[in-house]
Amino acid sequence: MNTDPIIWLTIFVLSIFVGVEVISKVSSTLHTPLMSGANAIHGVILIGAILVAGTAQSVPILVLGLVAVVLASINMVGGFVVTDRMLIMFSRPKRAVEKSARRELEK
Amino acid sequence: MTLAWAQLGYLAAAVCFIIALKGLSSPRTARRGNLIGAAGALLACVIVFLVSDIHHLLPILAAIAAGTAIGVLGAYRVQMTQMPQLVALFNGVGGGAAAIVAIIELTELGPGTTPVFDLIVMAFTILVGSVSFAGSVVTFLKLQELMTTRPVVFPGYPILYGLGLLAAFGSSVGLVLIPSLIFAVLLAAVGAGLGVLLVLPVGGADVPIVISLLNAFTGLTVAASGYLLENILLLVAGTLVGSAGTLLTRLMANAMGRSVINVLFGALKGGSTLGAITVSDRPVKSASPADVAILLAYAQRVIIVPGYGLAVAQAQHTLRQLVDLLSERGVQVDYAIHPVAGRMPGHMNVLLAEAQVPYEQLKEMDEIDPEFKQADVALVVGANDVVNPAAETTPGAPIYGMPILHANQARQVVFMKRSMRPGFAGIENELLYEPTTTLLFGDAKDTMSKLLAELKALTV
Repeated sequence: MNTDPIIWLTIFVLSIFVGVEVISKVSSTLHTPLMSGANAIHGVILIGAILVAGTAQSVPILVLGLVAVVLASINMVGGFVVTDRMLIMFSRPKRAVEKSARRELEK
Repeated sequence: MTLAWAQLGYLAAAVCFIIALKGLSSPRTARRGNLIGAAGALLACVIVFLVSDIHHLLPILAAIAAGTAIGVLGAYRVQMTQMPQLVALFNGVGGGAAAIVAIIELTELGPGTTPVFDLIVMAFTILVGSVSFAGSVVTFLKLQELMTTRPVVFPGYPILYGLGLLAAFGSSVGLVLIPSLIFAVLLAAVGAGLGVLLVLPVGGADVPIVISLLNAFTGLTVAASGYLLENILLLVAGTLVGSAGTLLTRLMANAMGRSVINVLFGALKGGSTLGAITVSDRPVKSASPADVAILLAYAQRVIIVPGYGLAVAQAQHTLRQLVDLLSERGVQVDYAIHPVAGRMPGHMNVLLAEAQVPYEQLKEMDEIDPEFKQADVALVVGANDVVNPAAETTPGAPIYGMPILHANQARQVVFMKRSMRPGFAGIENELLYEPTTTLLFGDAKDTMSKLLAELKALTV
């Protein structure tokens, strides 16, 4: 592989620090959605699956590649959808509270 | 080399993922963060079709459609109580996909031209991807209670584990020396075996920590695939998930007062064998819903400790009505949310949010725990391990060291329980036999409805 390995290593190391930094202060309330969201992000392996399936030279390899595509899309799409479902529930009660607060005011 | 604008597109997608993780760390921005992440993933998929020379377009699109349908269906059909196992499955298939991608890469190598380092990365991806896949399947089986939730250890386990590691090392070396499909398949099989062995000794209550760990594993395999496929986005996204997932695993373990090593291998030291599976016949005090209704109605301060049993019985909506009614009577009511109430950290918040319980009534452990002393009644609904004093008094109990809610300090403790069966961690709860404790037996939803009816009768 032609790219300079040092560049890959640099990106790798910097990404580690970014990953740690962005979630360093998260309340336990959000652990579940965060895990689920991170899970959806690694579903981007779908790109890799598409690449290998798209360049397959033989039928068995193509079939194997397509299996990977199916699995990766389940991971990615399912992951984002289920995370969203969880998070909708976090935002809903707040609106209900505001509504009841408004009702109180109107009284 | 990939076109410059495509690289820029991948960069944009990577930034989306970082913003997504950042957003998910705060309740206010979480949903937007997740949607930004999804947009980044979509962008990346469009780019790969535009710039790469993709053949077999129709079958690939069909495969994506099939995977999308399965994923969306699963995500919408799942009960909120079953969320953890679904996340485990989604994670597992991701790991499986990464392993398959690496195997295919291997078959397409020209003879003798591949640098050793690339082969090592390939072996790593196949191995860890399979570990993640098989491990996730076992976590799914445990959480779905299709197999025992108790730690599974057998004599000779450490030896088998050691042999597994040796086999993994051996087939990795084999694959690097002779890059052939046989070694790849062997490595995948060994990885799957190791994945099963990794999760078997983990007790049910600790399984979520393992899901998070396997999640980080999958992230690393995706990063490795990025290197193999020369795709920077995969490298960045995978590494982000790998490092964030590792940190999250530690945070979760801390919330339960455990170390990750202890979670994974604690059972091997024989500590968890203390768990009682037999139903005890020691005397307990039980009461009728009418008695408990009176107790609640004339209390000043009530703290509710909800647990997984509440969610399983789908009683959270009835509970909210009960709390509303009590609040109308002037009783001060709060929910004490243990960090690991439910099956995963934060799970209970999701479940109660689903029942539209106002966010401010949900109190985190640190905030509410000192208030039990002032509480007249602690109402424990479908929870057990999170109020079990054994976590402080019995070294050797599987939950020893886990911070607990001191419901026992309230003047009265009311337990709503289905039976005398011990909790998820499989240990008996001394609190049940305290003189201040009253038990209310029955299905949580059924009992809760009766309680609500009695309370309404009192109010009229």
